[in-house]
Amino acid sequence: MKYHFKLLLAASILAASIGIQTVQAAKTSITIALQLEPPHLDPTSAAAGAIDSVLYSNVFEGLTRFASDGAVIPGLAKSWEISDNGKEYIFHLNSSVTFHDGSTMDASDVKFSLDRARAEDSTNAQKALFSGIENVEVISSDKVKVTLASPNGSFLFNMAWGDAVIVAPETVGEIKTNPIGTGAFKFSNWVQGDKIELLRNDQYWGTPAHLESATFKFISDPSAAFSAMMAQDIDAFAGFPAPENLVQFEADNRFQVLVGNTEGETILSTNNKMPPLDNVKVRKAIAHAIDRQAIIDGAMFGYGTPIGTHFAPHNPDYVDLKANSNYDPELSKKLLSEAGFSEGFTTTLKLPPPSYARRGGEIIASQLRAVGIETEISNLEWAQWLEEVFRGKDYGLTIVSHTEPMDIGIYARPEYYFQYDSSEFQAVIEALNVESNTQKRSNLLKKAQRIISEDYVNGYLFELAFPTVANAKITGLWENAPTQATDLTDVKWTD
Amino acid sequence: MINFFFRRLFTFVLSLALASFVIFSLVEIAPGDPASFMLGINAQADTIAALRSELGLDQPKISRYLAWISGMLTGDFGVSYTYRTNVSEMVGDRLWVSLPLAIYALFLSTVIALPTGIYAAAKRGKAGDFTVISATQIGIAIPNFWFAIILVGIFSIKLQWFSAGGFSGWQNGILDGITSLTLPAIALALPQAAILSRIVRSALIETLGEDYIRTARAKGLSSWQTIWAHALRNALIPVLTIIGLQFSFLLAGAIIIEQVFYLPGLGRLVFQAITQRDLIVVESVVMLLVFAVILVNFIVDIAYMLVDPRLRQDGI
Repeated sequence: MKYHFKLLLAASILAASIGIQTVQAAKTSITIALQLEPPHLDPTSAAAGAIDSVLYSNVFEGLTRFASDGAVIPGLAKSWEISDNGKEYIFHLNSSVTFHDGSTMDASDVKFSLDRARAEDSTNAQKALFSGIENVEVISSDKVKVTLASPNGSFLFNMAWGDAVIVAPETVGEIKTNPIGTGAFKFSNWVQGDKIELLRNDQYWGTPAHLESATFKFISDPSAAFSAMMAQDIDAFAGFPAPENLVQFEADNRFQVLVGNTEGETILSTNNKMPPLDNVKVRKAIAHAIDRQAIIDGAMFGYGTPIGTHFAPHNPDYVDLKANSNYDPELSKKLLSEAGFSEGFTTTLKLPPPSYARRGGEIIASQLRAVGIETEISNLEWAQWLEEVFRGKDYGLTIVSHTEPMDIGIYARPEYYFQYDSSEFQAVIEALNVESNTQKRSNLLKKAQRIISEDYVNGYLFELAFPTVANAKITGLWENAPTQATDLTDVKWTD
Repeated sequence: MINFFFRRLFTFVLSLALASFVIFSLVEIAPGDPASFMLGINAQADTIAALRSELGLDQPKISRYLAWISGMLTGDFGVSYTYRTNVSEMVGDRLWVSLPLAIYALFLSTVIALPTGIYAAAKRGKAGDFTVISATQIGIAIPNFWFAIILVGIFSIKLQWFSAGGFSGWQNGILDGITSLTLPAIALALPQAAILSRIVRSALIETLGEDYIRTARAKGLSSWQTIWAHALRNALIPVLTIIGLQFSFLLAGAIIIEQVFYLPGLGRLVFQAITQRDLIVVESVVMLLVFAVILVNFIVDIAYMLVDPRLRQDGI
């Protein structure tokens, strides 16, 4: 009797605490955890990746979208025509698309969304994506024409970003707390600090989702993430924050571990205007002093792909340039003495909060010390990092993962925080921006990768891995992270 | 007496005004701009400027300070920069987690500390006393988040009796809410109980040395009767003071425990707000906590005055 009661008590506590059906055969709901909570729910006015992690493709959709392999595929626009001069795009919209409030999504909503993003008082964090747009014109309810000031080979790619999703003028005022989109899930509830709940949109224009509901939980502490997953309070954790525990999940048949690639190039960013780092020989010496694999093993527990330039290795246009900066401390010392620093020098190494930076920073500091370069490490919060390093450019070295897809163009901005100013490189990017021929684009991208690798602009470390831990019975989760998203439209439970 | 009251009231208001100024200045001095933080590294300068003006950050500091103060006087704590909801609403929601958690932890800490402290005092110098002293030493030495991790390992991962964290909300019933707060409350309570237990023990030992205790023993009361009827009551005064202090600590100091158990409480709100440079939230929540502490002190002062006639005469 006593045993019976205890069992009942334990069962009821468990059921109550998880709050969902724990024993039913085919589940139709999922609880998925993320490390960061969105500050608000408007993907078009903040840089916070957490917003897209919850809403991209689930709640909001754009004209085009990213597929799980990173390809740009049709979204709300089912097809498009590009004029011969590459300046005019006519988008054909899917018919019968409705917003979650029942209103119709048509060409006027597209015009509104694009105009809003490029307006003077726009607070779009990626406003540059829209800067080439000269005019947006409604042709008919399902046809819209976008005119660009000059041809832009990556325009369709730009329109796939979470910052370019289509919103309605009627509901945009409340978007930060009550997002109304066109996606396969509609927003239901947000308990700030705790969770966001989505429900299936039964009026969805495309293939309906398998799940009836989804709950996003926010667990920032790595040890709490481990416990919640182990206790099976959550069904999946996208972007699992404790790589040291992944082996344990891999060995446990209740779970599956997906380690996908991301668009995050993790680099030892270097202030190209600060002596002695303005000397290319010094930068080259730093590059040869770094043992990438030791950093990946030590800081990321082996998860991560070494890179030799600022480009994602899974991209077909990637060039393997690791040989330019292979680990060679002797060469490094030689270069340093050639540059006049045979006694070494001291510089600053400012580290933002992520573990790749804090752990990786310690390892890099010791590798640099081995060739005579002393670093003064300081740990910064993100807000401080943005002010001191990114805007103030008051740093020698820092470690950051640049997670925006296809962002090699930042090297063409001399005012950007690593202050690299190369007219050769800028010319390549200018040519790229107006080129729409695939082969020529590919050649230009390869050339761009070579230039920055050979100029040793930054120390190129590794491509960030994206680990997801999930219940073994879940299928359809994205393995890779071509953009920050937790696309649930194809997720289901097998049983 | 009236004089004393007004003097205390003046100190109360002055402390609040000073605190508001210090909080505002410190938060403003801290490096980091909320608008740049929100818009990230690809934002253009004009976008950041547009957001700054939308948030009112382009106003001079002094006028923002005055607006903040006058807003608070009318109960308006402003609108969060990042969440874009009313700060008072957010704080209200979070209090429904933090306040019950603090009360729960305080309850557990008291329930553990009183008997152990009394027992140790009664058995002073003997094995029982030594055991309690050692246990409390461990309790003080071990930080609460480490207890938390151990508790989760045993009760959530191994036994699966409790969920490893999160708060299911009060709408599913009180039992549900209490269940999700149990492990965090225990983790918070253990170190507090260790401290409190030591206070109870030493306060009781001190009272046991008083003359009236000897008198009570002399008239034939047993050792336990003496403790129960005479010593404990007098020993409780310092104990209550500590309990009061612990309550304000528990309310504001559960930041790490709220992280470990991912509870949507005040501590987590402040922590997030600081990293996101949601200045208005940091300022208002810290001000609220300061207000609570100063208010408690004010009430205690007044209560002392009512209880202790000497204070009234001297007008201290």
